[in-house]
Amino acid sequence: MQLFSCPFCGPRDETEFLFAAEAGKVRPEPAPEVSAADWSKYLHRVSNPRGATREIWVHQTCGEYFLMERNTVSHVVANTQPLRGGEA
Amino acid sequence: MTSHRIGSIASETLRFTFDGTRYHGRADDTIASALLANGVRVVGRSFKYHRPRGIMGYGVEEPNALVDVTLNGVTTPNLRATTEQLVDGMAVQSVNASPVAASDRNGFIDRFAQFLPAGFYYKTFIWPDWHRFEPSIRAMAGLGRLDPANEPPANNPQIAAFCDVLVIGGGPAGLRAADQASKAGKSVMLVEDGREVGGSLLSRSAEINGQPGLEWALQVAAALQAAGQRVMTDTTAYGVYDHNLVALWQRRPGQSDAQWRVRAKEIVVAAGAIERPLIFPDNDRPGIMLSDAALSYLARHNVLVGRQVVLATNNDRAYSVADALRRAGAQVTVADLRSGAREGAVANARIEAVHGAKGVEAVTISGKRITADCLLMAGGLTPSVHLHCQAGGKLRYDETIAAFVPHENLPGLKVVGAAAGQYSLNEILGVGGEAHPYAIAPAWPQRDAKGRQWVDFQNDVTVKDIALAERENFRSVEHLKRYTTLGMATDQGKTSNMNGLATMAALTGQTIPQTGTTTYRPPFVPVPFGVVAGRRRGEFFNPVRRLVLEREHRQSGANFREYGGWLRPAWFGGANGPANIRREAMAARTTVGILDGSPLGKIEVIGPDAGALVDYNSYNTLSNLKPGRIRYGFMLTESGVIYDDGVTSKVSDEHYVVSCSSGHVAGVVARLEEWRQDRFDPSRVFVHNSTPQWATLTASGPKAKDLVTALGLGVDLNDAALPHMAFADGSFDGAPARVSRVSFTGDRSYEITVPSTKAAALLAAMGEAGKPLDAVLMGSEALLLLRAEKGYVIAGKDTDGTTMPHDLGVAGPMQKRQNEYVGRRSLFTENAQRTDRQHFIGLTVEGEQMLPVGAHGVERVNKKRRSIGFVTSSYNSPTLNRPIALGLIERGMERKGEVIDLVHLGQTFRARISDPCALDPDGARLNA
Amino acid sequence: MQPPRNNKRYSAWSLFREGLRGHSGWEEAWRSPPGPKSSYDAVIIGGGGQGLATAYYLAKNHGMTKVAVIEKGWIGGGNTGRNTSTIRSNYFYPESVALYDYSLKLYETLGKELNYNIMFSQRGVVTVAHSDAEMEIAARIVNAMQINDTDAELFTREQVLAKAPLLNSGDAARYPIFGGVWQGRAGVARHDAVAWGYARAASAYGVDIIERCEVTGFLMENGRCVGVETSKGDVRAGAVGIATAGNSGVVAGMAGFNLPIKSYSLQAMVSEPVKPCLDTVVLYLGTGTYMFQSDKGEIVVGGGIDRIPSYAQRGNPPVQAIVLSGMLEMFPSFGQLKMLRQWAGVVDVVPDSSPIIGPSPVPGLYLNCGWGTGGFKAIPAGGVVFAHLLATGEHHDISRPFDLDRFRTGRLVDEAAGSGIAH
Repeated sequence: MQLFSCPFCGPRDETEFLFAAEAGKVRPEPAPEVSAADWSKYLHRVSNPRGATREIWVHQTCGEYFLMERNTVSHVVANTQPLRGGEA
Repeated sequence: MTSHRIGSIASETLRFTFDGTRYHGRADDTIASALLANGVRVVGRSFKYHRPRGIMGYGVEEPNALVDVTLNGVTTPNLRATTEQLVDGMAVQSVNASPVAASDRNGFIDRFAQFLPAGFYYKTFIWPDWHRFEPSIRAMAGLGRLDPANEPPANNPQIAAFCDVLVIGGGPAGLRAADQASKAGKSVMLVEDGREVGGSLLSRSAEINGQPGLEWALQVAAALQAAGQRVMTDTTAYGVYDHNLVALWQRRPGQSDAQWRVRAKEIVVAAGAIERPLIFPDNDRPGIMLSDAALSYLARHNVLVGRQVVLATNNDRAYSVADALRRAGAQVTVADLRSGAREGAVANARIEAVHGAKGVEAVTISGKRITADCLLMAGGLTPSVHLHCQAGGKLRYDETIAAFVPHENLPGLKVVGAAAGQYSLNEILGVGGEAHPYAIAPAWPQRDAKGRQWVDFQNDVTVKDIALAERENFRSVEHLKRYTTLGMATDQGKTSNMNGLATMAALTGQTIPQTGTTTYRPPFVPVPFGVVAGRRRGEFFNPVRRLVLEREHRQSGANFREYGGWLRPAWFGGANGPANIRREAMAARTTVGILDGSPLGKIEVIGPDAGALVDYNSYNTLSNLKPGRIRYGFMLTESGVIYDDGVTSKVSDEHYVVSCSSGHVAGVVARLEEWRQDRFDPSRVFVHNSTPQWATLTASGPKAKDLVTALGLGVDLNDAALPHMAFADGSFDGAPARVSRVSFTGDRSYEITVPSTKAAALLAAMGEAGKPLDAVLMGSEALLLLRAEKGYVIAGKDTDGTTMPHDLGVAGPMQKRQNEYVGRRSLFTENAQRTDRQHFIGLTVEGEQMLPVGAHGVERVNKKRRSIGFVTSSYNSPTLNRPIALGLIERGMERKGEVIDLVHLGQTFRARISDPCALDPDGARLNA
Repeated sequence: MQPPRNNKRYSAWSLFREGLRGHSGWEEAWRSPPGPKSSYDAVIIGGGGQGLATAYYLAKNHGMTKVAVIEKGWIGGGNTGRNTSTIRSNYFYPESVALYDYSLKLYETLGKELNYNIMFSQRGVVTVAHSDAEMEIAARIVNAMQINDTDAELFTREQVLAKAPLLNSGDAARYPIFGGVWQGRAGVARHDAVAWGYARAASAYGVDIIERCEVTGFLMENGRCVGVETSKGDVRAGAVGIATAGNSGVVAGMAGFNLPIKSYSLQAMVSEPVKPCLDTVVLYLGTGTYMFQSDKGEIVVGGGIDRIPSYAQRGNPPVQAIVLSGMLEMFPSFGQLKMLRQWAGVVDVVPDSSPIIGPSPVPGLYLNCGWGTGGFKAIPAGGVVFAHLLATGEHHDISRPFDLDRFRTGRLVDEAAGSGIAH
């Protein structure tokens, strides 16, 4: 069971968290100007890195989304920080 | 009788049976020590060849002595006799033997062993068909027998704990580590797999700080407890998981077993080492045992494992065992496989044969036959590095002790003592001085092995099987394991893995480190499923959500069903569902029905940007509502698919209440919160789920207004003041009450929302007010029927995960809306714009037969049937007095009036595609 | 192409004869060349079931034997050797049934075809429904399956209990048994044997299986993939196929593109062996847990994925508790058994949970990935259609709906969307 550190609540069990998305995605808008390929890329494509990754997570207990940098192989968590004030 | 108890037998007060024979044992006995004390030699049969087997080990490494145990009428299969405490009245049964271990009628299989090598089943049973052979193979396989009547209750607690240092293993190394940590002011947990702390000190005499070793151990443990530290015996650390979490399995006397999840800043693994068997022909005979085990049975249970003992060894450690056995009265011949044997021992010994099929009778050593009733094996120690490896630790091969040891300690986890290859007590205790002698000359199996030499005892894997695997290119250790089943038995290879990979190394000419080890995974020992599963069973398993009025509804005769995770009244009245549903539906169409709609979502969106957020969340624009008005609409996923539907009430420009179906409340809150934080200024809009704070009771039907009027809520119910899709605030019993005119039945309806604390009073008041109006309590089933008559969709029932709003004929926002909303772009993909999409439609049958839900519309293309959609809802309408149905059918909206074929489980139906709304298409009843 | 007879036939007779001479005459099940040749007609990255089957069908169906399978570790060591070995085609959409039922049909004769007993045991799979509403969905699925010409029955409660009498049928059951979807031809097989059987047959055709050889990059010429760089040297190839399951995203990254694939851990567990007590495969919609009893006697149990993106092949107590409590809710008597082993695979999860088969954005490079939790059952069909693609550059009719392009058009093949059951 992994231990993630919510920037607002401190370290908590993984069961309180949900993975939301890889960090850095920007929703292409407005819809009439977005190509099918770009929309598909936004909706579905992921970099899915093996190793270091930057992700958006939500701590369901407090409801806050935050940025987490961790390793998908070793599961070492390098850093967590709020979305605002950071550079998510 | 060979093995026996020495000294007084006065304390043999526990009665038990083994394979039907009665025996006695002592309170400190395990099943294994009691069997040995009674001279029982054959305790089981091997998995594949049904070879007779005796007890080989003392603890978790035991491969042979598995038993089914019946106690108080309850049987538990596959218990390990060496770790299971003897209890008065136990009936112990050997496994995989029929009828009993001593005379198993499947014992003949061993005679065909030469035709049953590793993986023989991959090469045969192909013709005529595997199914011909499988039943008998299955019947032969398996060990113990499941007792169908034994349903253990779900009462295993799962306990979370934290400490600075978790020490695993209560031997000298673990005790020392715990003692040091405690004295350094750290919080410590010490867990010991066995019943007592002491480890090797329990069986080997030693002097520590001038006192007997065991006395020292007990003193350290007592000091730990006195310092407030936790010392847990009968507790196995079975797995190390991410971020230094250790799972423990605790056996608690008189109580159910518990799982502990311990998060430790530092883990100290002091799990000791396990002795290896030696590899020689027929090394699996009953009466052949590990030397450490023999010493433990003697020291801890006064059981001497034989009178004439041969002790075969490749290391110095065994000599003290020989001494101890001699002191207890045994005649011991030490057969040292090395050249440098001590005086009195046979040097350069070769174990050439073991005589006696059901128990050792003699051993041929280097050509000389020696009478013996017991043969002990001392093949050297294998450090228990399992937990280190589970945590991702690497190993290195240490030539001097012929074993794998941790390469280097991981952050937060260190390995000490015998588990780290430190076998000298002085070294472990850090006191300097003479190291205990451990000179070993490994005696790995050789390429030219004669006879059948067992490596994995339980699964019957011999050196020849490994040679076959090598010949056939199953050389990777993982292939070796899977092809031969080496190390896959219930002992998980604790005595076999090292010998197995050494054999493969010898066969391939590679070194042992080049050959490598298999992956170590939890659990270290088999752990009861219930311990891992915990109490999440029955009503604790995905608990249903309960209405605040459940008790009142039960008193009114409600039959409950689960809807969207909520336990709600399906109908009221007796067990006859269809009749009651019909009665309620009829009443709601003629008088008034009262429905508990409390689980429907009530999600408040508040703040200057509230309008923008609800607009973005919704397919329909909501912010242009007037305050006090309500609008129905859809929420889409980013893929454009209908996620949910519901009504939104605008309280003010900065306050909306979003409603949604009961099963989607958490999901809708989550998506509002996600968008709020992702694309809005979160200081300008807030989302609050107030669903549980409020109860909602709905009055629906031609007399609904009369009922609500009688409640005197202080709301102007005049249609001009409160038209359909509007709400007004009043009060009930001194509390706020909101009256909303929305309808899911097609009749005039009022939803009255009050604080949950007032729900019972409101229900009572409505019941009272409804009496003169012939009002009825209505369950969910009647509501489902009523809405189907109107063709109102239920998201998830009448839509699936592909349905978009234009499939329901709601294309306005898609065509006209100019700003962004969730799912917008996806409504314009090639797929979304296809002309053959499935549309939501009604289906009208001729005659009285209902369409089954789940029936598919079909058409034939090139004589092959294809589905064009399916029936999603179907009822017998009491109001229309005919069957009605709803469905999703390809191009349905363009095909209204067309008759299609439908099939259900081979039966054929015909129905005409119609408008979903079968009753009151003009909506006159809403204001009637 | 007729299979060459250069490897020893397996049979009861050959086993008997070898038994008489100490089994000294058996040959390597597959050859292990020390390294790859410098050039092949086709190279497949990944020596799991999909990759090995593809190599076999390239030889058998297309006469291509200058083929290499390049495996980073040992063959069958990924999800092929870590799954719960269930084979079924109880799918909703015709596209899915076409793929998985074809696979099931190939499995029915695979043991004989490969001359390797893969122990396909057609003991049936029942998916249990717990309410009238779920029975309606079950009927929708059964009717779809029957229309699509695969076997399916709508089971009553009594029929479910007849197949699995130890199921929790008491009043205290959290999930009452209303009935379910039954597919009798479905079953389980010996997963390792499928990999080994294909490896042996492909090797006999002359396919090179290179283990402990890692692909480190792609050889590119004029924007076209013309081979791979490996830890054992460069290899040129007429066509390169990716069949690397959970690591597909990593391999695609080397070629410079992303996929709609996220990698997660999927755990499974087995009990200690007991005598036969469960004769079919059971899945509960309510618990999401499924299990069967292996021929060896172990109860094999699986459930949903761990929800944390991961490449670590590790288990995790919270998910174990969810899966096992699900099992005990279904079979309370299994509470007397113990968890013997537990492991995890890395599954390649696609938004619509259907595979991605087809050309990649890089010419010359082809994809067979995204099988997620269900690739084992599709090994034979996946191999056939991927071999077709590598040999001809064109889709097989069965694989066309599974092209990567579906994410652009929006025409997904989402079983959970259609049937309400995630596969």
